[in-house]
Amino acid sequence: MKKSYKIEVDCANCANLMEETTRKTEGVKDCVVSFMTQKMKVEFDEGADVDAVMQKVLANCKKVEDDCEIYL
Amino acid sequence: MNKKQKKLLIRIIIAAVFFVPLYLISEGIVAVKLPEPVLIALFLIPYLTVGWDILRKALLGIRNRRLFDECFLMTVATVGAIALGEYGEGVAVMLLYQVGELFQSYAVGRSRRSISDLMDIRPDYANLEGEDGAFERVDPDEVETGSVIVVQPGERVPIDGVVIEGSSALDTSALTGESKPRSVAVDDDVLSGCINLSGVLRVRTTAEFDESTASKILDLVENAASRKSKSENFISKFARVYTPVVCCTALALAVLPPLFCMLTGVGMAGYAGVGALWRDWVLRACTFLVISCPCAVVISVPLSFFAGLGGASSQGILVKGSNYLETLSQVGTVAFDKTGTITLGSFEVTAVHHSPMEEQRLLEYAALAECHSSHPISQSLRRAHGKELDISRVSDVQEISGHGVLAKVDGVDVAVGNEKLMNRVGVAFRHCHHAGTIIHMAVDGAYAGHIVISDELKATSREAMAALKRAGVERTVMLTGDAKSVAEQVAKEVGLTDFRAELLPQDKVACVEELMRGGGRKKLAFVGDGINDAPVLSRADIGIAMGALGSDAAIEAADVVLMDDDPLKIAKAIRISRKCLGIVKQNIAFALTVKALCLALSALGLANMWLAIAADVGVMILAVLNAIRCLFVRRL
Repeated sequence: MKKSYKIEVDCANCANLMEETTRKTEGVKDCVVSFMTQKMKVEFDEGADVDAVMQKVLANCKKVEDDCEIYL
Repeated sequence: MNKKQKKLLIRIIIAAVFFVPLYLISEGIVAVKLPEPVLIALFLIPYLTVGWDILRKALLGIRNRRLFDECFLMTVATVGAIALGEYGEGVAVMLLYQVGELFQSYAVGRSRRSISDLMDIRPDYANLEGEDGAFERVDPDEVETGSVIVVQPGERVPIDGVVIEGSSALDTSALTGESKPRSVAVDDDVLSGCINLSGVLRVRTTAEFDESTASKILDLVENAASRKSKSENFISKFARVYTPVVCCTALALAVLPPLFCMLTGVGMAGYAGVGALWRDWVLRACTFLVISCPCAVVISVPLSFFAGLGGASSQGILVKGSNYLETLSQVGTVAFDKTGTITLGSFEVTAVHHSPMEEQRLLEYAALAECHSSHPISQSLRRAHGKELDISRVSDVQEISGHGVLAKVDGVDVAVGNEKLMNRVGVAFRHCHHAGTIIHMAVDGAYAGHIVISDELKATSREAMAALKRAGVERTVMLTGDAKSVAEQVAKEVGLTDFRAELLPQDKVACVEELMRGGGRKKLAFVGDGINDAPVLSRADIGIAMGALGSDAAIEAADVVLMDDDPLKIAKAIRISRKCLGIVKQNIAFALTVKALCLALSALGLANMWLAIAADVGVMILAVLNAIRCLFVRRL
C-alpha cells in the first residue's frame, strides 16, 4: 500500500536523510521524499500497521533531523 | 518570508551589529584595549545569538549517534577556531553560514511558490445547479457525475463536462500553454482548469473531480518530482560519502602532519614551537570542515529539475519525472506515428475511382462494412456516406488487423481494405496513382473500385522537423501502416530523414526496438497520439503522447504528455530538457570544482576560514540562482 504525506523539512540534504531513514524503518517497503514539493510517499509492506509504522518513521526522522515534521 | 525565516533574519542582524565593532577591536583597527576574557565573553554574544540552534542540533546529533551532519561540522569548526583564539573567524563563519541557510530557504520557498503559481489550475469551488434553477457554491469534490454546474465569466471550469447551454471563449493557457482562446458552444466538451472568459455556460459534468483533467494534471506534476533522475541519485549518494570522507581527512590533517613534523623534525623550523605547529594544523583542519558542508550541491540539483518540470508544464508540456527530463535531453532519434502526429488525422474521402456502381452505393457498402470500427478511416467513410446506417443489414464482420474488414451486407460479401486484403480474397485490383490512403473494395467477389482518402499535414509539421534537427536530433523516422508511396510523399514533404511503411500495429514495437539498437547510446523518443500505440509508447526510451488532453490511455502510457497537438512542442520539450540538464551539469561541476579547490588550498594553509565560508555560501547562492534559470523557458 502506498500513502503520501505532507512534510516540512528545511534543507535538501536533510530530506535525503529522512528518505534513507524511512526506508530502513521496519514495515516500510520504499519511500521517496521530495524536498521540492515537501511531500513524502511511503510504500508499506504487506499487512503492516500503517499508523504504527508512521509513528516509528516520525520518531526516526526526528532523530536524524530534529526540525522536520510529518503531517500524519 | 515565513516566521522561521524572519526570526533567523532578526538574529542575523542583531549578531552582525554586535560582531562588526568587536571584530574591528580584536583586529586592532579600532584602538580600544579590552582584556582577553572580556573580549571572549563579548564575542560569545553574537556567536550564541546566531548559532544557538546549530549548537543544539549538533548536541542532539551526537546524542542520536549521528556525527557527520552539517550542524556538527559547523560546531566543531567554529568552536575549534574560537578555542584557538581566532574569535573573529569563528563567529563570522557561524554568521555567514546562517546567512547562507536563510538565503537558501528563502530562494527555494520562492521558486516553489512561483512554480505552483504556474500550475495554478486547481478550482476552488463549483456552482451546482439545484432543481429550482438556483445554484449554490460547493466543493468540486462533492459534485456527482451528470450534475449540472454553472460557470460564470472569469471563473475556472471546475470539472470536465459538456456544454448544454450558452457559448463562450475559454482560456486554455494553463493547460496547453496556448494563448489563443478556444470558443465553445452547446455540445462541446469543456475541460477543467480552463478559464471562462465571456459568456455564462451551463455544463453537464462527465467526470468526478478526481477524474477530471485538472486533478489528473496536478497529480501528475506533483508526482513528477518524486521520480528522481540519475543526477539526483548521484548527488545524494555523493553527499553520503563526501561528508564523512572530508571529516576523516580533516581529523587526519589535524593530527598526522604535526606528528610527522615532531617525529622527524622536518619543517619544524617554520614554527615558533610545538604549540604553534599544532595550532596551525588544527586551524587548517577547521577550515577544511567549513568547506565540507554538501548542501550547495545537494540543493541545486533537485531545484533545477523541479524548475525545469515547472517551466515545461507552463508551456503545456507535462514531463512525468526528472528521470524522463534527463532521458529527453539525450534523444538522438525521434520516431513518429503518422496519423494524428504528423498529419491532422482527419481523413476525408477525396475520390472514388473505377467503380462499376454509383459512388453513393459504394460508399454505403463501405460505411456499413466498417460500421463497428472506431478507426479514423472508418469514421471518414461514415462521414462521406452522410446518412443514418441500419446496422442490422450487416453480419459476419471480420476485422483483419493491417488488412481491412470482411463483412456481409444484405447477404452480399463485401471486402473493404488495402491491397493485401484484395490479394487475400483473390480479387484483381487496379493501382491508384493518387497519394493518400487507398481503400479497395470487392463486392460479391468482384472488384468494385477504390476510395481515395487523404489526410492533411499539420501546419507546423515541416517546421517541427527543422526545429528538431536544430535541437540536435539526428534521425527523424516515421512509422506508418500506410502504403509506401503515401509514406514516401509525406516523408519528403515534411523533411523526415527516414520512414518505415506498411507496418502492422505489432510491427511498430519491433521497428522501434530495431531503431533503438541502431541509435547507439543516444535515446529514442516515440511520438504518438496515444490511440493504438500505447505498447510502442511504453517500449521506447521515452514515449511522448500529443494532443492528449482528455485521453486517459495516452496519459497513462506516455512519459511526456503534450497538452495540445502541435508537433513543434517536441523540439521545445527537448530544448527545455537540454537547458535544464546543462544547468544541472554546470552546477555540479562548478560546486565540486570550487569545493575541491578550497579543500586543496586549505590543506596547504593558503586559505583561511573567511575564504572557506565565502566559497561555501557563495557557491550555494550562485548554484541556486543558476538553478532558477530552468524556469525561464518561454522563449526557448
